[in-house]
Amino acid sequence: MSAAAYEPEVRAGDSLLSVRDLVVEFGGKGRPTFRAVDGVSFDVGPGQTIGLVGESGCGKSVTSLAIMGLLPARGNKVAGSATFDGTDLLTLDQREMSDRRGRDIAMIFQDPLSSLNPVVPIGVQVAEVMQRHQGLKKAQAMQESRLLLDRVGIPDPARRLKEYPHQLSGGMRQRALIAMALACKPRLLIADEPTTALDVTIQAQILEVLRELVVDSGTALIMITHDLGVVAGLCDEVNVMYAGRIVESASRHEIFARPEHPYTHGLLGSIPRLDGTRAGALHAIPGSVADNIPWTGGCAFAPRCTNATAICREQSPALEADPTGIPDHLLRCHHPILPGTDSTHE
Amino acid sequence: MLRYILRRLLQAVLVMFVLSLLLFAWLRSLPGGPVDAMLGERATPENRAAMRKTLGLDDPLPVQYLRFLDNAVHGNFGTSTGVQSGTDAFSLFWQRLPATVELSVFAIIIALVTAIPLGYFAAKRHGGLLDTGSVVLSLIGVAVPVFFLGFVLKYFFSIEWNLLPPTGRQSADLNATRVTNFYVLDGLLTREYDASWDAIKHLILPAIALATIPFAIIFRITRASVLDVLGEDYVRTAEAKGLSRRVIRGRHVLRNAMLPVVTTIGLQVGGLLTGAVLTETVFAFPGLGDALATAFTTRDYPVLQVLILMAALGYVIVNLLVDLAYAVIDPRVRTR
Repeated sequence: MSAAAYEPEVRAGDSLLSVRDLVVEFGGKGRPTFRAVDGVSFDVGPGQTIGLVGESGCGKSVTSLAIMGLLPARGNKVAGSATFDGTDLLTLDQREMSDRRGRDIAMIFQDPLSSLNPVVPIGVQVAEVMQRHQGLKKAQAMQESRLLLDRVGIPDPARRLKEYPHQLSGGMRQRALIAMALACKPRLLIADEPTTALDVTIQAQILEVLRELVVDSGTALIMITHDLGVVAGLCDEVNVMYAGRIVESASRHEIFARPEHPYTHGLLGSIPRLDGTRAGALHAIPGSVADNIPWTGGCAFAPRCTNATAICREQSPALEADPTGIPDHLLRCHHPILPGTDSTHE
Repeated sequence: MLRYILRRLLQAVLVMFVLSLLLFAWLRSLPGGPVDAMLGERATPENRAAMRKTLGLDDPLPVQYLRFLDNAVHGNFGTSTGVQSGTDAFSLFWQRLPATVELSVFAIIIALVTAIPLGYFAAKRHGGLLDTGSVVLSLIGVAVPVFFLGFVLKYFFSIEWNLLPPTGRQSADLNATRVTNFYVLDGLLTREYDASWDAIKHLILPAIALATIPFAIIFRITRASVLDVLGEDYVRTAEAKGLSRRVIRGRHVLRNAMLPVVTTIGLQVGGLLTGAVLTETVFAFPGLGDALATAFTTRDYPVLQVLILMAALGYVIVNLLVDLAYAVIDPRVRTR
C-alpha cells in the first residue's frame, strides 16, 4: 500500500526534515476521497537542495502545504510524519505551527503578484515577519527590510519599501517574496515553482539568489518544480512524483545520466534542445494526468506508459533499489528502462 | 491623485446638470401643474392665463430652464404650499435636515457594527450554523417591508412593553434648548444630558427599521468579499509567514475585503432617504422623508423640487466621498 520498501538508512543523523509515509486525502461528506499524496518519504539536510518534480496535479504542492500545515482544516486528512529538528510538524496545533512558519520554515510561492497583498506596501509585508517572530519594533523591522531587499538584489530598496506590489516588476516581486521568506533566516525553505511565472532571464537570476542562499547560509531547500532545467541547475537530489507517489529518486547526476522510470524518461525526452543532439520530434508523454488509474489497481502511469504490460495493470510496484545495483537510486517500476535497452531516448 | 479627484468632481457636476434637466422636464410634464394646484379646478381660463404669466410659464422652455437653474443656485425655490404653508421651501429643507441626518447616522452605525463583523465570521465559518443563520436573517431583512417592520417594532417595544417612545424626535415636555437642531448633539452641548438620552430613545426604533436593508446588503457583500479574499494567494502567504490571527484578519483579509464593501456602503447611505420616507412616516419622525411624503400628497411643488434636488446632491456627494475613500484604501487607484 504505502512505500514500505523505502526505508532510507542513509544520513539519518544530519537530516533536518524527514518526511515519512506522508498521505493527504481530500474529500468530505458525500464526496469520494481522493489521495493527492500517497506515502511520500524523503529527507533534506542543511545546505542540501532536493527537488520534487512532476506534472501539475502530481501532489508536489500538496506535499509542501501539508508540511507547512497550510492545508485547509476541513475536508482533508493528513497522515504520516514530517519530523523537523526532532519534532513531528504534523502533530503540532495551529498555534505552535504558526510560531514555526516564517521563522524556522519559510515558503516561496509560484505567482509573485497574487502572492503579495495588493494594498500593503512591500516594506510592511517584509517587516511584519520580523515583528512577529523576532519582536522587532516597526522602525527597526523596516530598517532590516531595506537591508533584505538590498540583499536579494532589488535596486533602490529605500524607495521600493514604500511601493506597492503593482508598482514592481515580476522579478522584483519574486525577490520581495524571497526577502520575506529569508527575513528570519529559516533553516528550511520550500520553494513552490518560484520561477514559473517569470521570464527566462529573470528565472536564472532568481535561481542564482536561491543557490547563493543555500551555499552561504546552509539553508535546506525543497524545490518544487516541473522544470527539469531548474533541477539541473540547483538540486542535489531529485524525487520524481507521479499521481501522489514518488516513482524515482536519485541524485541529480543519476537522474539525468540514467533515467530509468519511463515517466522520468518521458519528462527528459520532452525538453526541447538547441544543440540538435536529438534527432526528430520531441517525445511528448501520451495522454495526461487525468488518465491515471489508482495505485491500488496497478501502476498509475501504466495507461500512458509505452513499456506497460499486463502486470503493470494488476500489481502496484513498490519503491525499490535500482535493479542494476546503483546505490541511492530508487525506482517504482515493473519494467524500468535500463541502460542498453533504451530505445526512445537519445 | 489630483487628476483622479478632478475627474470625479467633473463627473459629479455633469450628473447634477443632467439631473436638473430631468427634474425640470418632469415638473413641467406632470398632470395638474402648479396652476391647478394654486387656483383649484374651477378657475376661469383668463385667471389661469394670468397665473401662467405671473409664474413665467408662458416663456420659452430654455428661458424657463435658465431661470429655474438661477433660482436653484440661489436657493430660491418658492414658498411651501402644502407641507408647511408659507414657509420658504429651502428653509424648510434646512429645518428638517438635522432630524434625517441624525436618524441616518444612527441607522448606518447600527448596520455597520452588525453587518461587517457578522459578514466576516459568517465567511470564516462558511457553511456553519452562524453562516446559515445570518444569511437567513439578511434575507428576512431585505424581504420584510420597512413599514411593516416599523409597525411590528412599535407594537412590541412601545405599546406592549412600553420600553421606547412610539413617535416623534423628543418628548415635548422636556423643553430642551435648541442649538444645532441635532437633538442628541444639542443635549451634549447644553449639558442637558437627559434631553440627549430622550432623543436617543426616540431614535432607536426608527433607526433599527431604517437599518435593516443596509444591514442585509452590507452583510451579504462583506460575506461574499471575505470569502473571496480568504481564497487569495496573499492570505496563504500571510499564513506561511506565521503571522498572528489579528494581523492576518485586519491587514490581509479585511483591508482587501473592504474595497467592494465601501462602494456598497456609499450606495446604501445615498439610498437611505428612500427608507426614511417610510420610516419617518411610520414613526411620525419630522425629517426630510416625512416632508417628502407630505409634499407628494399635497402636491407641494416648491418643496418637492428642493427635496429631490438636494437628495440627488447628497447622493452625488456621498459617492464622491466613496471614490475618494477608495483612493485612500486602494493604492492601485491612487498611483495609477
